[in-house]
Amino acid sequence: MALRTIVSRKTLAALGSGLRAEARLAASRGLVTFSLPDLPYDYGALEPAISAEIMQLHHQKHHQTYVTNYNKALEQLEDAMAKGDALAVVKLQSAIKFNGGGHINHSIFWKNLSPIREGGGEPPKGSLGWAIDTDLGSMEALVQRMNAEGAALQGSGWVWLGLDKDFKKLVVETTANQDPLVTKGANLVPLIGIDVWEHAYYLQYKNVKPDYLKNIWKVINWKYASEVYEKECH
Amino acid sequence: MGSFSLHASCLAKHNLPWSNGCSQNLNSLRIPALQQRGPGFLSRKASKILAFYGLKSPPYALDALEPYMSKRLLETHWGEHHHGYVEGLNKQLEKNDILYSYTLDELVKVTYNNGNPLPEFNNAAQVWNHDFFWESMQPGGGGMPELGLLQQIEKDFGSFTNFKEKFIEASLSLFGSGWVWLVLKRQEKRLEVVKTSNAVNPIAWDDIPLMSLDTWEHAYYQDYKHDRGKYVNAFMNHLVSWHVVTARIIRAEAFVNLGEPKIPVA
Repeated sequence: MALRTIVSRKTLAALGSGLRAEARLAASRGLVTFSLPDLPYDYGALEPAISAEIMQLHHQKHHQTYVTNYNKALEQLEDAMAKGDALAVVKLQSAIKFNGGGHINHSIFWKNLSPIREGGGEPPKGSLGWAIDTDLGSMEALVQRMNAEGAALQGSGWVWLGLDKDFKKLVVETTANQDPLVTKGANLVPLIGIDVWEHAYYLQYKNVKPDYLKNIWKVINWKYASEVYEKECH
Repeated sequence: MGSFSLHASCLAKHNLPWSNGCSQNLNSLRIPALQQRGPGFLSRKASKILAFYGLKSPPYALDALEPYMSKRLLETHWGEHHHGYVEGLNKQLEKNDILYSYTLDELVKVTYNNGNPLPEFNNAAQVWNHDFFWESMQPGGGGMPELGLLQQIEKDFGSFTNFKEKFIEASLSLFGSGWVWLVLKRQEKRLEVVKTSNAVNPIAWDDIPLMSLDTWEHAYYQDYKHDRGKYVNAFMNHLVSWHVVTARIIRAEAFVNLGEPKIPVA
């Protein structure tokens, strides 16, 4: 269900405005292609927590590459399926998981952030706030735990605040590379994801990942997290 | 190969000669047998030496790889990341009465634990990996290998161009953080290009690495930002030291027979 919201209306609009011939062909065959979602704020709006330079590279280069390669992998998958090439289908799975996961995760990430003047950093009120206190102790405990797990994560990955929708409990999880949160449990819904790939902070914080983690909480968009939580937990 | 100096503020493994410049950082040398003789045995003046691994300098100045790898990047990559792994490893070994006695090679293999790594693996392997990586590069590197090494590459990859393409393709298709290696496979007795994730290292399964490329983002982000392709090409064309690779494969041939001996016919 989350995937449908990622496919923007622009895909159809772009068809008429000179999209690449292959993409047009793919779309006309019924293959849904994905496109880079716009950020709901300027690149510089999250300063000084996250620099404009990082936001621009992260969005226009890294996320765009995931989208491009995801579309490519899906086209190849469609071909392989049409030809009944089981081996090719299986071989494509890692590219689909990586690039599709990258697109999914980053789409959530942009919504997880918002400028301070638009409420970024303001702690959640209402049911999510209570749930954090009940399930995880307190907001401070949550932040400390996510920062500790993010700092300890080796290599590339994400640290998540998720909702186990079967047990209606909040969980903190990490995933490696671009694995979405569902790879840790099919019943997990991501509320907040923090990108701890080096590209997410390197130009500004270099190797001092803990400083990045400390500062990102100033621009975390709890409004979005509360909306998702309330939708699942009405 | 270049000469390397021990970083002044760290000590080397205890079986290497002490460097005079290190005396200000002496902690107690933990020698279990001596400790058993009671607290009065070691003189009160004996300083506490806790020394396991040191931060080895790359065999060139930090600005020697410009413009392909900037001094600024090396200062962070070597001075912060690599240094951090060394300090982290030393801290872990302080608490471990068994692991501290291994050589770095042995430590990597033991802590890899056949794919179920112990907590010390990440630091140990990354220390090994970065030492190896700095030595795999040189100012004025790139170009082509020669003689026996080139012949072996042509035998196992078809051509040098083929090998180069495979290596670049592996670097670009490595998802996440990791390393790309030119490896001599011990069992198969052939060269291969191998990708590993995070800190994993082919010596863990007893293969012989000949050269490596760090594809963690910290290895290139300051110079190339997101453009890993440009970084890989700069490495292949201007940084990789085929001299070092030659020396390594010569040594490897003492352990792996790469061809039938040429027995002259009487």
